[in-house]
Amino acid sequence: MSESIITTRGGANVKFRQVGKALPRIDAPGKSHGKTRYAGDYVMPNMLHVKVLRSPLASARLRRLDVSEARKLPGVVCVLTHEELPDRLAPTDIPGQTGRKRLDTDQQILVRERVRYHGEPIALVAAETTAIAERALDLIEYDLDPLPGVYDPHDALKPGAPIVQGTNNVVAEYKVRKGDTEAGFVAADFVIEKTYRTQFIEHAFLEPEVGLAWVDENEVINIRVSTQVIEHFRFIADAVGVPHNKVRILGSLIGGGFGGKEDITVEIYLALLAKATGRPVRLCYTREDSFFGHGKRHPFTLKYRTGFTRQGKITALQVDMTADAGAYVYLSPYVLLYATVAAPGPYRVDNLRVDARAVATNNMFTSAFRGFGAAQACIAHEQQMDEAAKALGIDPLELRRQNFLRTGDLIATGVPIESAVWSDECMTRAWQALGQRTPDDGPVKIGRGVATYQQSYGRITWLHDTSEAWVGIEVDGTVVVRSGVTDIGAGQISALAQIAAELLGVNLTDVTVYNSDSATTPLAGTTTATRALYMTGNAVRLAAEAVRLRLLGRAAREFGVEPGEVDIADNRVFVIARPEQSMALKDLVAVCASEGIHRSELVIFRAPFTDGIDPETGQGRVHPDYAYGAQAVEVAVDTETGEVTVLKSVGAHDVGLAINPDAVAGQIEGGAAQGQGYALSEELRYEQGQLISPSFSEYLIPTAMDVPEYQAIILESRSGVGPFGAKGIGEPALTPVAPAIANAVADAIGVRVFDLPITPEKIVDALQSLDK
Amino acid sequence: MNKAKPIALPVNGRELSAVVPCNETLLETLRGLGFFEVKSGCEKGDCGACAVLVDGEAVDSCLTLTWTVEGREITTVSGLGTVESPHPLHTAFIERGAAQCGYCTPGLIIAAESMLRNDTREPSLDDLRLALSGNLCRCTGYTKVFDAVSEAARVTRETGEST
Repeated sequence: MSESIITTRGGANVKFRQVGKALPRIDAPGKSHGKTRYAGDYVMPNMLHVKVLRSPLASARLRRLDVSEARKLPGVVCVLTHEELPDRLAPTDIPGQTGRKRLDTDQQILVRERVRYHGEPIALVAAETTAIAERALDLIEYDLDPLPGVYDPHDALKPGAPIVQGTNNVVAEYKVRKGDTEAGFVAADFVIEKTYRTQFIEHAFLEPEVGLAWVDENEVINIRVSTQVIEHFRFIADAVGVPHNKVRILGSLIGGGFGGKEDITVEIYLALLAKATGRPVRLCYTREDSFFGHGKRHPFTLKYRTGFTRQGKITALQVDMTADAGAYVYLSPYVLLYATVAAPGPYRVDNLRVDARAVATNNMFTSAFRGFGAAQACIAHEQQMDEAAKALGIDPLELRRQNFLRTGDLIATGVPIESAVWSDECMTRAWQALGQRTPDDGPVKIGRGVATYQQSYGRITWLHDTSEAWVGIEVDGTVVVRSGVTDIGAGQISALAQIAAELLGVNLTDVTVYNSDSATTPLAGTTTATRALYMTGNAVRLAAEAVRLRLLGRAAREFGVEPGEVDIADNRVFVIARPEQSMALKDLVAVCASEGIHRSELVIFRAPFTDGIDPETGQGRVHPDYAYGAQAVEVAVDTETGEVTVLKSVGAHDVGLAINPDAVAGQIEGGAAQGQGYALSEELRYEQGQLISPSFSEYLIPTAMDVPEYQAIILESRSGVGPFGAKGIGEPALTPVAPAIANAVADAIGVRVFDLPITPEKIVDALQSLDK
Repeated sequence: MNKAKPIALPVNGRELSAVVPCNETLLETLRGLGFFEVKSGCEKGDCGACAVLVDGEAVDSCLTLTWTVEGREITTVSGLGTVESPHPLHTAFIERGAAQCGYCTPGLIIAAESMLRNDTREPSLDDLRLALSGNLCRCTGYTKVFDAVSEAARVTRETGEST
C-alpha cells in the first residue's frame, strides 16, 4: 500500500549487492517475535527498587527535609537526599571528544535549597519492592516555601525578573552578521514581518526511562540503561566521584529516543544507590515520571523580517529568536546555535542578521529533540515564505525556487555548501505526488502546503567528533562488527551490518553486531544529531575495507592475479574476469587464519575539526554538511468545528544514498507522524510552571486513527559525507512537516494561525476574526 | 496486607500458576513470570504496549487484574508462533519493516491478531485504523504497520490458516 520511490543521480556505476536493498533489518525478527530484551527486561537477584520524590512546586525554597520516618519503614534500604551528596554535581553538557566542558552547566543532583522546576528530584528511595519505595515517599516530610518564579522567557528578560540561577537569565546568545542587511532592506520592493511561536513538546518514546545498576568485584559500577549516549559514563563517574574507568554503561536496543534519551536520566541516581547499598538497584520511570524526567523541546518565538524584490528574490533577512531554556542549561546553547544556523532555511540570503537567545525560566528544562532548533527555525522560515508568496502574488513553490541555495553558495555562517542541494527536486517531487486535488465539501475546505529545510547531519565540528568500529571475519566466514553505537530504533546497527556485508561479500544475516557497551565495544560516540550512520557507518566502511583488502590480497596470490582483479560476493571469492576461478570465502579465511593474516581491523573515523565561529558575526564552519528535502501535505479543515484531517502527506528527501530504503522510508513516515502531532495536537501545558498534562490521555500524539498513509520519496545525490555518499534522514524527516501542515491549513481557510499547535479552537478563533 | 492466592494461568499453551495478590495486574504477573515481551508503556491503558490476548480478545494487561482472568487462555506475541514456525503477522512485520524501536510491536501484533480472529475479510484502511487505534507508536507513523497487517491478513486468508 505504501510506496517508496527512489531516484538516483550520479555515481550509478557503483554496483552494490547489499547496500541499497530493502532487506529486513537484523533486529526485526527479535522485535517482531517479542524476543528483544530492552534495558527494563533485565533483573538481578537481590535487587532493590528505586523511586524518586519530586517537587510539587516550580519555584520554592526547601526549608525542611526529614526522611527519618521513611528510613524506618521496614524494607527501605537507602534514602538519599542532598545531605548525603554535599560535594556532588551532575554534568549536563554533551560529551565531546575535546575534553572541554562548558562553564556553569553542572547542577545539583537533588534539591539542596532551591527548587527551580516542577518535578525537580528531592530524594531517592531504594527498597525491597516498588510498593515499599512508594510508601516511603509518602513518609518523607518536607516544607517548601513558594518563591516568585518566572514562566515566560520574555518576562525573564525584563529588569527585576526573578533570577532562576546565577546572575541573569540569559543562558546563551548567538549572532549572525552577514552582508549588509540595512542595504538589503533598502533594496527591497517589499518587506514582510511576522512572528511565529512554537510550543513545549514531549518525545513520547514508548519505553520510559529505565536502568539497572550493580557494582562488580572490580568496584566497577555497571549500569544497563536505555540511553542514546553510553559515553555519559565519564560524566556519571565525575558525578559519583570515581575514576572514569570505574563506570561501565551497557546499552540495549532502545524503545525510542528522539533526543529524549540524549541527556543523563536515571544513571546518576542508580550509580549513587548501587554504591551506597552494595546491591543491584533498578529504577523504571512511570509514564508520569517520564513526563517530568527528561528535557522537552524548546518553545521558540521567532520574529522574521524579510525583504524581497518584486520578482521574489530575497534581499535581506532579519531574525530575532527567543527560546525557553527552562530551569537548567542542558543543551540549550547548542539547540540555539542550530536554530541560528538554520534561520534562513535552504535559501541564499546574502544580507542576514540573526539575534538569538535562550532564556532561563522556571519551566521544565528543555534540551535535545529531533530537529534540534532547526525544526523551530523551519516552522518560521517556511510559514514566512508562504506569507510572502501570498502578499507578492507569487506561487509559493516559485518563490522558493528563486531563492534556493545551490552547491557552492554560502550558508548563514558564511561557508559554502559543498554537497548537492536538491531542494527543488525534492519539493517538486513531493508536490507532484499529492496528485489530484481533493474538492472542497461544503464547510470542509481543502488546503495544500509545502515546506523545505536545511538540516545538519553530524555534530558541531568544534566538538571534534570521532567514531570507532571494529570489523572482523571469523574462520567460518561469518562477520562480526563491534561498535559502541546505540540503536534507538532507526536501524542504526542493521545499517552497519549492511555496510560490512557489502564489503565482505556476505549476506546480511551472516553479520552479527555487538554494540553499546562502554567496556567492550570501541567507543562510537552518540546516537544523536543524525550522526550514527555518517560517523560509525564510515568507521565500519573503513574497517571492512581494510579486512577486505587483506582477503583480496591473499586470494590474488592463490589465483595468480592482481588484488584488483578479485571480488567477493555471495560468500565466494572469485576472479572478476573468470568467475569460475573461485573459492569459498570461509576457505580463504581459514588460509588467512593459518598464516596469521590479520582478519580484523579497528578504525577511528574523524569528522572535520574546527575551532569555533566568530562570536560577533557567527561566521565559520559549524557542521560537517547539510541535508535538504521537502514535505508536501493536503489537509481538510472543517470550518465549523476547526477539525483538521491530514489527507495526504509526502516526504521527499535527498538522503545521499539509502543504505536500506525501507529503513529510510520508515524514518520519513515516522517523521511525518511526529511532525503532524507537533503541528496539530501536541502541547505540554505548563501553568505557572506546573505541568498539567502528564499522560497520554492529555498529551495527544497521533494514533492510527489520525494518520493518512504517508508516502516517502527517496532521492540519492550520492554527494554526502557519509558512507558511499550518504547524508542522513533521522532529523530531516521531521523538520519540514509541521510548517507544511501549517501552510496547508492557511491555504484551506485563508487565514494563518501563528502559534503552534493549530488546534480546532485556534482555527475557529482565526475564522471568526476573519469575519469581523 | 493484600490478599493473595494461587492462580492458574494458561499462558501460550503452558499451564502456569502463581501466587497473586488481589491488586496485581496481569502486566505485573506476566512480567514476573518472565514474559518480558509484554511491555509497560503507561500503566493506564493509554498506549497498548502491554496488550495480550485473553481468550482471543486483545486487552490491556495493565488494566486487567490477574484474579479476573483466572484460568483463562492468555496469549502473548511469543505465543502466536516461533522463529521456526512464525505467525503471518510475525513474518509480515519483519518483511515490511513495520518494527522500528520495536517497543510497541508486541502490542500492535496482538491488536492485529485480535482483529484477524474476529473478521477474516480483507481489512480496509479504516478497519486497520480502528483495530490499531488503542496502540500508540511513535516511530513508524503506522504506514508500514498497516502494510504488514494487510499482508498478514492476505496470507491468512489465502492459506486458510485459522490461528
